[in-house]
Amino acid sequence: MAIDKNARYLESHEYAKPSGEYMVFGISDHAQAELGDVVFVELPSVGKTVTKGAIFGTIESVKAASDLYAPISGTVVEVNEAVKNDPSLVNKDCYGTGWLVKVAPSNPSEFQSLLDPAAYGKTIGEE
Amino acid sequence: MIYMEEEPTNTTALHDWHVSHGAKMAPFAGYDMPINYTTGAIEEHLITRRSVGLFDIDHMGQFEITGPGADEFVARMVTAKVSDLVPPMARYSLLLDEKGGIIDDLFVYRLPASWWIVVNASNRATDLAWFKAHAPSNVEVTDRSDDTYMIAVQGPRAIELLDKVANNPVSTIQRFCWGNIVIDGIPVLFGRTGYTGEDGGELFFPAEQALQLWEFLLRQGEWLGIETRPIGLAARDSLRFEAGMPLHGHEISIDINPIEAGFKWACDFEKEFVGKEALLDIIEKGISRKLVGIEVFSGVPREGYEVVSPEGSVIGRCVAGMFCPTIKKYAANAFIEPSFAKAGTNVSVIIRGQLRDAVVVKRPLYVPAYRR
Repeated sequence: MAIDKNARYLESHEYAKPSGEYMVFGISDHAQAELGDVVFVELPSVGKTVTKGAIFGTIESVKAASDLYAPISGTVVEVNEAVKNDPSLVNKDCYGTGWLVKVAPSNPSEFQSLLDPAAYGKTIGEE
Repeated sequence: MIYMEEEPTNTTALHDWHVSHGAKMAPFAGYDMPINYTTGAIEEHLITRRSVGLFDIDHMGQFEITGPGADEFVARMVTAKVSDLVPPMARYSLLLDEKGGIIDDLFVYRLPASWWIVVNASNRATDLAWFKAHAPSNVEVTDRSDDTYMIAVQGPRAIELLDKVANNPVSTIQRFCWGNIVIDGIPVLFGRTGYTGEDGGELFFPAEQALQLWEFLLRQGEWLGIETRPIGLAARDSLRFEAGMPLHGHEISIDINPIEAGFKWACDFEKEFVGKEALLDIIEKGISRKLVGIEVFSGVPREGYEVVSPEGSVIGRCVAGMFCPTIKKYAANAFIEPSFAKAGTNVSVIIRGQLRDAVVVKRPLYVPAYRR
């Protein structure tokens, strides 16, 4: 399973990835493979605040519904409308076109507290 | 679809093939079955709607009923009219208990010298016991499930594929009829039936030839340029759901009667059958819930979710629900109070604690090929 080297992770498989002054949220390749075909995503609208470790949305696959947890705190500045219309983008390109929301971090140092790619790899059984 | 949680005790002859081809396996009806291949459940659904899907459905059960009293026995046991069935005809039917509860749904094939009954995997033992317990001394009920393999070949190009690989064309066999064919030297009883809403058929043949026939059909599909892929149970479920076909344990069960579930058409009230008196009583008294389709505009409805009236009271519960890949909608089947059952009625579904707008819709969501 691919692990984006530029991202950092929660054990619950969400990632945050720096994009200029913002952070992009998504779910890992491991997570999308485990979920199977994604059929629905519910995301917060622009301007909403998200809190590290708290639920910021929902992702539903053919198999099941899962909560999405925010890797870091901040304010939503952009929502991926393409993934809302075509949730299969999460399966096709979870680190690219299948991103979920873009957030202006309220405490950028939170990023350092996330699992780095190597540590996340270990939690999913990959070295 | 809810997969059974207990450990599977059985595997089909194609189990190793599924695993080696990357299938995600899970227990279903006591069998370790492919849920989807690396293709993915949604693409597998769409392949079956546009070309040909192959389904390993060996977990299904087959009984053969013989003897001088067989015609009368079958007619009494199943709800559908069978007295007019002559070879090579087959018909969908229900199996009821005395209270009108649905023990199972099944397909009844009229063979030249016997009746061939195809039942659901999860009910095989129950059905067999039920038939045997009711069989008079001049009727024999034989479980043929273990020596019979069953593969479904479904999709708009399924008949074209089979016509090219079988010794006799299957296109001359009418819908809901059967014929004997030979494919790659293997004798096959071909029924022009299915559980996807597409044309195609179900193949019954000796169990030891499962791998040979499965690989032959895939290879022939490739050579002939007819897209042919293995399809897992997740897509089988979404295909049947869109086409309005019931899955036992969901739209039908021992606690649901055919009137509630919309299967009065499958019951022949001109004859005697087990459960008929109960059904007549139910019809006279009226029903308190009815099976409907519900479209949800945002979110995925699933089994167990509550349906709520515009006034806010709970009026029923979903028995199945999912994203429908062909029509690209989120939909459920639910039993609700009959006064809300008219298509176009606005309702809500509680999805993970939130009320979601929904509307009662006409079933089926996708009109099956045989009704077009």
